[in-house]
Amino acid sequence: MDLYEYQARDVFEAHGVPVLRGVTATTPAEAKEAAAAIGTPVVVVKAQVKTGGRGKAGGVKIAKSPDEAGARAAEILGLDIKGHVVKTVMIAEGADIAEEYYFSLLLDRAERRYLAMCSKEGGMDIETLAAERPAALARIPVDPGIGIDQAKADEIVAAAGFSGPDAGEIARVLQLLGTVYEEEDATLVEVNPLVKTADGKIIALDAKVSLDENASFRHPDHAALADTSAEDPLEAAAKAKGLNYVKLDGSVGIIGNGAGLVMSTLDVVAYAGEEFPGSPKPANFLDIGGGASAEIMANGLEIIIGDDQVKSVFVNVFGGITACDAVANGIVQAFELLGSRDEHVDVPLVVRLDGNNAELGRQILASAKLPGLEQVDTMDGAARRAAELAAS
Amino acid sequence: MAIFLNSDSKVIVQGMTGSEGRKHTHRMLNSGTNIVGGVTPGKGGQVVEFAHGGVRVYNSVGEAMAATGANVTVIFVPAKFTLAAVVEAIEARIPLAVVITEGVPVKDTAKFFALSQESSTRLIGPNCPGLISPGQSNAGIIPADITQAGRIGLVSKSGTLTYQMMYELRDIGFSSAVGIGGDPIIGTTHIDALLAFQDDPDTDAVVMIGEIGGDAEERAADYIAANVSKPVVGYVAGFTAPEGKTMGHAGAIVSGSSGTAAAKKEALEAAGVRVGKTPSETASLMREIMTGLSATSVGNRALASGGARSDTTSTTEGQAP
Repeated sequence: MDLYEYQARDVFEAHGVPVLRGVTATTPAEAKEAAAAIGTPVVVVKAQVKTGGRGKAGGVKIAKSPDEAGARAAEILGLDIKGHVVKTVMIAEGADIAEEYYFSLLLDRAERRYLAMCSKEGGMDIETLAAERPAALARIPVDPGIGIDQAKADEIVAAAGFSGPDAGEIARVLQLLGTVYEEEDATLVEVNPLVKTADGKIIALDAKVSLDENASFRHPDHAALADTSAEDPLEAAAKAKGLNYVKLDGSVGIIGNGAGLVMSTLDVVAYAGEEFPGSPKPANFLDIGGGASAEIMANGLEIIIGDDQVKSVFVNVFGGITACDAVANGIVQAFELLGSRDEHVDVPLVVRLDGNNAELGRQILASAKLPGLEQVDTMDGAARRAAELAAS
Repeated sequence: MAIFLNSDSKVIVQGMTGSEGRKHTHRMLNSGTNIVGGVTPGKGGQVVEFAHGGVRVYNSVGEAMAATGANVTVIFVPAKFTLAAVVEAIEARIPLAVVITEGVPVKDTAKFFALSQESSTRLIGPNCPGLISPGQSNAGIIPADITQAGRIGLVSKSGTLTYQMMYELRDIGFSSAVGIGGDPIIGTTHIDALLAFQDDPDTDAVVMIGEIGGDAEERAADYIAANVSKPVVGYVAGFTAPEGKTMGHAGAIVSGSSGTAAAKKEALEAAGVRVGKTPSETASLMREIMTGLSATSVGNRALASGGARSDTTSTTEGQAP
């Protein structure tokens, strides 16, 4: 889960990382009030979006009075930055910046440890810096068992080329950022820019944090950081039912068991769709996992038929641990359950059952004669049929 | 002989007294796994009854190893307790730890992986179905009855695609199938399995299944080009996955332009790996290869292809866990 800058700023502050004051606003009037409350001669109005490049897109502006802050907020609110519409701005205290640096700590999947990156040349896009001036970006591996201790912080700071009195203070801030990473179960902590002010203070002027949702069991407070208003309504409804669902743009609804098989099903449907008018594409990702009980199947079908774009549904199940007869019974009972909820499957359903007890499962479905349900024995064939039904 | 797991493997189950652990212990016993004990702190001395007889519970991995000579542990404990369970297994120096648990915080995995690097323990997973050497042993949740012993090796990030592939090629059969899991950090990678399959005299060809996220498949492609002489067939899932969305597995995410299925397919093909467009097409490619191999070496394979190898007498050449 990615945090907004203002949320990450709060997290930094809670761990003692030096930050400037910041207050959020969702209207120009609130922005004006916030600027007055902050009270510095200069404030910065910053778009709160979960994407980079907001400065270039006009999402960060300076204001020299509360009135001006309100006016700048009016310009920024509603702006579309790479598909993210600005709903909130943060009014931040102005800073007299002398120098801009860069720091990040992230999960290095390939090396299976953490990676710290640090540069004296902050403020710019870090991918550009890494590509154009790689020598200016220090990359230091961090042992997950140790994290950023004093020695590691000193190593990073030295590798980035800092020396003199600044080096000690920057190392102190880096250790605090390492604490944020460790204690919050982050997978990314990035500060761009980390600045030195004219009076020599080191401050995190920006904050980017991604949190590991698998660790939510030890961070009950993280749930409040989720921005439910930005979620797709179907995704939110699926999440509430504990379903692993991702909304896509196509017209073939997909239900399957196992993340890999479902991803594969989306691909196979997209290939098959190329043969038909309008090239039907998958409408969603939905992994119902190993169990495939009637209730899970009913909940899954309910979400999928709630998507107006869906014209056909492909249920693709491989019976491994779960036998196909159990899955077939689950489908039959799911239709009954949906009926009892006053819902009905009004689009054709193509079912492919294979693996353990496949024949038995197919017989159960055949004799149930569910309306609109047809069976195809192979995954490729069933994908083609589902695409064809969505095209017609 | 198979890789990582064979008929000499003595398996313990951490979390055997829980519902998942009990259910899958039963299934592993059914598929012929030599389960020598369970581990649940505080429940040492209890005996859990299965159709095959009772299995004794020990308080710790160390105690279980000392009493039984166990060399493999399968871990079913909940995500909250997985770090502690894996650390215990590593500190007891068990040769192979298979972590089935899903939803382990990546920081915990990073920590126990780092610890495993300083020890002799091989980790498989987390968030994986485990591994099976059909006819010999089954450590995890892979259904044993959908395939049979044979000479194909399989390594996969996905559980169900593993099952699908094992089922499609069930008439040819597998030496070992290893589900390495789809988390951002995993203990055993495609490369580790490819290396072991390359060295395994009972494996003729390898199916490698990947998916979006990270660059493990690209790295494996480089490794294959330099080190693997056995035929490899590949499959990659997630061509239609949108950028920035996690697709079921915690590690299955395209970030910006990195981790795409297209890039992985391209890298594998550049390394000479034939990549199937669908799982079935991938199985067909492997079938062609195995048919070709058996046609060219009927003589020296005649005994082996009958599936009547005397595995119990095979020697361990560094392959045993």
